[in-house]
Amino acid sequence: MEQLAALIAATLSAGTPLLLAGIGLLINERSGVVNLGAEGMMLIAAAAGFAVGFHSGSATAGLLAGAAAGALFSLLFSALAIGLVTNQYATGLALTLFGAGLSAFAGLAYVGKSVPFKTTFEIPGLADIPFLGTAFFKLHPMVYLALLLTGVVAWVLARTRLGLTLRAVGESPESAHAIGFPVRGIRVGAVAFGGACCGLAGAYLSLIYTPLWVEGMVAGRGWIALALVTFATWRPWRVALGAYLFGSVTMIQFALQAEGIEIASQLLSMLPYLATIVVLALISRNPAFIRINMPASLGKPFHP
Amino acid sequence: MWKLRRMLVLSAVMGAALALTGCGKEEPKPAAKAAEAPKPEPLKVAFAYVGPVGDGGWTFAHDLGRKEAEKEFGDRIKTSFVENVPESADAERVIRDMATQGNKLIFGTTFGYMEPMLKLAPEFKDVKFEHATGYKSAENMRAYDVRAYEGAYVAGIIAGKMTKTNTLGFVASIPIPEVVRNINAFTLGAQSVNPKVKTKVVWINKWFDPGKESEAATALINGGADVLLQNTDSSAVLQTAEKMGKLAFGWDSDMTSYGPKAHLASAIINWAPYYKKAIKDALSGTWKVETNWWGMKEGAIDLVSISDRVPADLKKMAEDKKAEIKEGKFNVWTGPMTSNDGKEMLAKDAQGDDKFIAGIMFYVRGVEGKVPSNK
Repeated sequence: MEQLAALIAATLSAGTPLLLAGIGLLINERSGVVNLGAEGMMLIAAAAGFAVGFHSGSATAGLLAGAAAGALFSLLFSALAIGLVTNQYATGLALTLFGAGLSAFAGLAYVGKSVPFKTTFEIPGLADIPFLGTAFFKLHPMVYLALLLTGVVAWVLARTRLGLTLRAVGESPESAHAIGFPVRGIRVGAVAFGGACCGLAGAYLSLIYTPLWVEGMVAGRGWIALALVTFATWRPWRVALGAYLFGSVTMIQFALQAEGIEIASQLLSMLPYLATIVVLALISRNPAFIRINMPASLGKPFHP
Repeated sequence: MWKLRRMLVLSAVMGAALALTGCGKEEPKPAAKAAEAPKPEPLKVAFAYVGPVGDGGWTFAHDLGRKEAEKEFGDRIKTSFVENVPESADAERVIRDMATQGNKLIFGTTFGYMEPMLKLAPEFKDVKFEHATGYKSAENMRAYDVRAYEGAYVAGIIAGKMTKTNTLGFVASIPIPEVVRNINAFTLGAQSVNPKVKTKVVWINKWFDPGKESEAATALINGGADVLLQNTDSSAVLQTAEKMGKLAFGWDSDMTSYGPKAHLASAIINWAPYYKKAIKDALSGTWKVETNWWGMKEGAIDLVSISDRVPADLKKMAEDKKAEIKEGKFNVWTGPMTSNDGKEMLAKDAQGDDKFIAGIMFYVRGVEGKVPSNK
């Protein structure tokens, strides 16, 4: 039982960076812009967040710096892809390559350093409940914050004027422009939000999840988050489901190995990807549903 | 991800190519006679790394070796490296590039470069290829390796005494003999002081992914392991142990600073002695095909920075064992040795030779599970 509780807790921690980045990219894509620079933004933010956390001694400052770095870096994408109407896919890829190189260079001084942050947390009262306490109430605040963010984003998208405007820009930028919405401004804002969330995810990785900075440490999680958004058909709670599913299968396959279960580890390594794709593809298998949810102008440039 | 890596490497190679064509046209001279010439052309030496130099582990250790060799030979050699070279067809492209740029001595520092280097060796007869951790050679290609298991064994002695749950955890990378024998050596070391010890193993099928390494460490700790060792390239396992209040070791490089509370000792590799030897061989024209498998005796392997948490008598035990290994009095692979499915691998008092060690693909008794095979 205690092991299962620990497994649940580990799952929630493992899913959090994917959820944070996924939610940001969802808003990003709902505005009709694809930003393949997620990996690069996460790396930049992981390095920047670590540097600020290291010098200030505050994890919060580091996380905020990571978010700011991600948002700033995404402005570069906006300037090119939205301002100069370059190809979004190529620009995003360039951002990833640039981010990987720049973060490695800028982070050189921080390799081998460690940050002295508090690593144990608990919610007073709730943490003492048997099983549930270990499983749900001894996690880093960012884990809860990511869930809260998902709720807020889902609500804003579905229920508010801001959400409607954003979706309109993603569906038909021409119509939105004709009505008088600043399409490009809204897109820049959505991309910056995506950058900030990816930045938060990157800083979470380097400050909390594995508190260290090494080159390339994001190790493909930006790409997984991008894929999650598509497989979740641009629905916030499905992104959350996908992120936690990915996290849980990752943790379960390691736990199975630790128990000495004799399944080829190569097969087990593949499972998180397979399970996430299968489950999300199954719940999103209705083609009409995909058409309704996929932003109609996704990836298409717009210039008034 | 693959695509990304490939593009990164391509851009790195293209950048390097541009830089070199810009530098001028150096006519490579025959290296063998160069020693007598008054102003010899420096020997160009290239290193292909599987990870980033800043990984704090495997590649970092190789680069330390490269730097030390550079210091030793000064302007008689000129070294360069390419990092993040994947163990795929790209490796061949990168290494071919190194050869065509006039490098006469090329080090490939991971197991996966074996086939690409073997393919390139006949094409570039005047280039000497050095492949780390492999077992194949050619006329102008030889393998070198270190006996990392000696460090793992001594770490095991400390782990066996320090564990309270009698359960050790091992975060393993890719199922090849090199890694399997480190798991075994760690377990054997622990069993030599505590027969009740068992080892749980988690494979992540990657050399370098701090997130995965940390997740695997978490799973092991949740499964009851309280002392961890890893055969992966970053310091994430040690840090996870630090976070969860357990104990762990550094691997490849001294990792004390990553987890001062959890850190028991670091099993390190010092590549410098071998790199100096190989470069000296090439410079003096005495380079020949041989297998160099260096351990504590040659100064290539050590267990350093033993923590103050380790009681003095245990520390002495570890130091004594190190001395025994250095003097050649102790062989980790001494029978009787049984695999964990009950087969006898070494009879009583039999000693495993290098051929035996190179082919270890079984777990010794005390390791849980089964080696993931490619059958």
